[in-house]
Amino acid sequence: MVVFGQFLEVLIGGLLAGVLYSLVALGFVLIFKASGVFNFAQGAMVLLAGLALVRSLDFMVARGVPVWAAIVLGLVFAGLIMAISAWLIERFVVGPLVNQDGLTLFMSTIGATFIIEGAAQLIFGSDVYPLRLFPTDAWFLFESAFPGGILVNKLDVWGGLIAGILVTGLAIFFQKTKTGRALRAVADDHAAAQSVGIPISWIWFVVWLVAGLVALVAATVWGTKLGVQFSITFLALKALPVLIIGGFTSVPGAIVGGLLIGAGEKLAEVYLGPFIGGGIEYWFAYVLALAVLLARPQGLFGERIIERI
Amino acid sequence: MLYREAGQFKTTYSADMAIFPIRQDRVALILLLLFAFIGVPVMATFHIWPLGSDYMLRAILIPFLILALAAIGVNILVGYCGQISLGSGAFMAIGAYSAYKFSTGVHLPLAWLGTALAIPPLPVLPSILLGGLMAAVVGILFGIPSLRIKGLYLAVATLAAQFFFDWVFIRVKWFTNYAPSGSVSAPELNFFGLTVNTSIERYLLCLIFVTLFAFVAKNLVRGNLGRQWMAIRDMDIAAELMGIRPFYAKLTAFAVSSFMVGVAGALWAFVYLGAWEPLAFDINRSFQLLFMVIIGGLGSILGSFLGAAFILILPIMLDQVPHAIGVPISVETVSHLVFIVTGALICYLLIVEPHGFAKLWSIGKEKLRLWPYPY
Amino acid sequence: MIRKTLALAAAAIGMTAIAEPVLAQQNEQFIPLLVYRSGAYAVNGVPYANGVVDYYNLVNERDGGVNGVKLTFEECETAYATDKGVECYERLKGKGPTGAAYVNPLSTGITFALTEKTLADKIPIITMGYGRADSKNGSVFTWNFPLLGTYWSAADIAIQHVAREMGGADKLKGKKISLVYHDSPYGKEPIPALQVLAQKHGFEFTPVPVTHPGVEQKSQWLAIRQNRPDYVLLWGWGVMNGTAIREAAAVAYPRDKMLGVWWSGAEPDVTPAGAESVGYKALMLQHGAQRTPVHADIEKHVYAKGKGITEKDKIGEVLYNRGVVNAMLGVEAIRTAQSKFGKKPLTGEQVRWGYENLNLSAERLKELGFEGMLRPIKITCADHEGARDGRVQQWDGKAWKIISDWYTANQETTEPLVKDVSAKYAAEKKITPRDCAKES
Repeated sequence: MVVFGQFLEVLIGGLLAGVLYSLVALGFVLIFKASGVFNFAQGAMVLLAGLALVRSLDFMVARGVPVWAAIVLGLVFAGLIMAISAWLIERFVVGPLVNQDGLTLFMSTIGATFIIEGAAQLIFGSDVYPLRLFPTDAWFLFESAFPGGILVNKLDVWGGLIAGILVTGLAIFFQKTKTGRALRAVADDHAAAQSVGIPISWIWFVVWLVAGLVALVAATVWGTKLGVQFSITFLALKALPVLIIGGFTSVPGAIVGGLLIGAGEKLAEVYLGPFIGGGIEYWFAYVLALAVLLARPQGLFGERIIERI
Repeated sequence: MLYREAGQFKTTYSADMAIFPIRQDRVALILLLLFAFIGVPVMATFHIWPLGSDYMLRAILIPFLILALAAIGVNILVGYCGQISLGSGAFMAIGAYSAYKFSTGVHLPLAWLGTALAIPPLPVLPSILLGGLMAAVVGILFGIPSLRIKGLYLAVATLAAQFFFDWVFIRVKWFTNYAPSGSVSAPELNFFGLTVNTSIERYLLCLIFVTLFAFVAKNLVRGNLGRQWMAIRDMDIAAELMGIRPFYAKLTAFAVSSFMVGVAGALWAFVYLGAWEPLAFDINRSFQLLFMVIIGGLGSILGSFLGAAFILILPIMLDQVPHAIGVPISVETVSHLVFIVTGALICYLLIVEPHGFAKLWSIGKEKLRLWPYPY
Repeated sequence: MIRKTLALAAAAIGMTAIAEPVLAQQNEQFIPLLVYRSGAYAVNGVPYANGVVDYYNLVNERDGGVNGVKLTFEECETAYATDKGVECYERLKGKGPTGAAYVNPLSTGITFALTEKTLADKIPIITMGYGRADSKNGSVFTWNFPLLGTYWSAADIAIQHVAREMGGADKLKGKKISLVYHDSPYGKEPIPALQVLAQKHGFEFTPVPVTHPGVEQKSQWLAIRQNRPDYVLLWGWGVMNGTAIREAAAVAYPRDKMLGVWWSGAEPDVTPAGAESVGYKALMLQHGAQRTPVHADIEKHVYAKGKGITEKDKIGEVLYNRGVVNAMLGVEAIRTAQSKFGKKPLTGEQVRWGYENLNLSAERLKELGFEGMLRPIKITCADHEGARDGRVQQWDGKAWKIISDWYTANQETTEPLVKDVSAKYAAEKKITPRDCAKES
């Protein structure tokens, strides 16, 4: 019973941790889906959003603004910053590179990563800034059934809830709104979309803005977890296996991928790690992703790759 | 006026297919090599600017040469064969650690066979080459998924190699000869009785390796194998229909590329760092190498050199500019500004010329050919 | 022939080019500063670098340098990367009239790479509270100075403290102690010492690695929750420390059963976790977060003149103080060397002598304004560590509180290890150990 309780605990912890990766992976999916750009800057955007939020929050709280108002205003301010950066990226980085191949666009987002990382730290500082928007303690469930109970971290549950709302919202946005439909049209074919009068640059701005807002949401959760600091950019690397398992183009795929990766790597680390020396979860996530790719080269939920000559 | 091939008649096929068909190119290359092999050491010996101190050789030229070699390797895979890899750092690490093992003696107990594999410590040169060979073997292994996975999916999948080997070299103590901290140091660089010690000797050593491999690479890519790679890159299904075996073409690209990257890794560890830990070959190294080939120009040996120079030297220069002109800004600000300017330059370059420096170079050559007439 | 002439001509120009700076030589001692103010570890690198710079400025402003020799220094950003560290070292080692006095890599990885290079360049390499633990043995590691304590000393002090809390070393028997460590040479360094100690005291020792940079530690802490060790030692750096405390809180592991090394016990490590950090303990590399007369001097002579580089309320933080202590030891080594070689700019080799003969008594430390921060330190050829004392501090939610007496690392356990590992290094590198009895 103890063993089973511990297994459940690791499994649940892993699933929830995976959903937190999904929050970052979602940003990748959005941009790839709408523009075919593999946006490496997503991690840096989380940092920028987090710094903008926490610094404006601290600024207002120190000047006596009530906390709830400060949070709302801080979110608005951070959203504005993300809007500005979305506009700048569209205007000066991605826009001029329309019709270039994927690798060039990928490179340009790495360039953007450098700019965002440098600018964010230059403007907002490079210290570690604590952020507390969610409770971080834990529940202990089923204490009667398992000694010590099953530990579930409240922050992870919040993260999961937010991710769920986000995915539902995005799905509705893509399916039901005019902009959403235009987005899918652009993703299918740039030229055709343009010819029926869809303004590409506006659409791309919207995509980057939405990705920026997703980054802001990720920043609230991860900032509470780690404190807002440079290391938050490393999340991009943890989000990549989630992305490839789910498929680059699928929003629900990001969530399912997150669940798989999270549970897989945590179980591997706890149950396999001690036998081969520990610290395996980084590569295990990627090997898991690689294994899935060998079975399905476009990820679990990715669009089928059709090749023509 | 100067750069004009009019009047250079090719009378044989071999002359027409020569590696550098234009005489001016040959002359320029020979001059460059003469400068690199003779001019630089002479300048360094007599402390002539800009080689007044060791700094230029040790901190700029040696890492430049080694990274250029690695970039050539990556370019073969990414630029010529079209298989994007983010695991180059791992292959450098494999080269470095294998070379270290071979140079200190391999002892592998094979308990289930009741025997042990024992190789006595080898001299440095075979160790480095064997390091490259080990990288090539592993490269083939990790190249197999490329037969099924393509494009950016493959790029992310190669990260599996990166993280796996980061972990292996930190966790498996056998690779570090049971050093308590897991950091190892290079053996004495002894080549056929000659000890490579001073920075000039180290520079020449790297230069020899790089020149040799650059010529090998240049010849490979214009031969049968190279054309197969490029056919796969341009359209793999079409290439397959034409009778090119993707299995053979892709895996040879992985092998050749990993070999060069592995040798570069061994040089990086032995000649440049001297002592290292897996962090020296982490994911940032992979990204750095990928930047080099994309900025330099995919599918160009020359581009590998230009890209390596740009990516390596740009941050160093940016770092020193404020010092040199005496602007009083803090190091903190400078390091953030270096980030911003590097990123902006990368974006700018990609917008101006998505095909990298190599394309700019060839445009320049075309212009020079017509100069002074506009057409 | 032509080339030869050209080479000669060029050589002549070159000669004049280097002749000029020689004429412009000044009474200055150059010190390179390898810092990281950006990247994943900037949070910890910045206050440290600030402390170093402020102290050098203090010496220049208050005393006009060391016996009239002005200190000049230049920062170079390493971003904690080995190759950039090597580049920085090569860039700065030859600056100033006599070259670099000494070098502080502030990263275990860079330390390993530079250990090979400083040997040839004859520049001492100072690794205060870090670096390779066996480099304490000065007869093999002539140029390395792991001042004030290696990780093996730290491991011993940590176990001493755990034993005291449990009510005696005999109580350690059968207990479980885990080490959560940064998976790099830095974090792995204490493991051999802890294994020896585990054998000696009979406790069960489990190392738990955390992959760089340490943003994700859920599985490690879930494993700890299942394994229920009696004590957890933390060997982290940067974001890893705060995350470890946060995860420990999430699995309800008591923070007062966690003891960090001295690199896991500064303000940036505990503030992100807020109230959850209360009770967390860490070793002190002698000093803590405190203010002594030297800080008053820094405010008076540096900040009052507008030359300070940080906010005033950050003066006296843990890592800031570590920077100040590090700079002070360097300055005192230069001063010691000047007593032998004269009051002029010194070479790295001469400063090395100064380090090896550094002897700071309690009175001298008081004079320098470090009373209460440091205990006397005496470095010899055989002992490049100089002192191996430490205390334990605990975070009360607002500040670090010192909660223990002084511990002195027990050399009996670690000395055989030092001998063993350094002898192996000497054999590998073909170094003939110096005979310390003959050194003056």
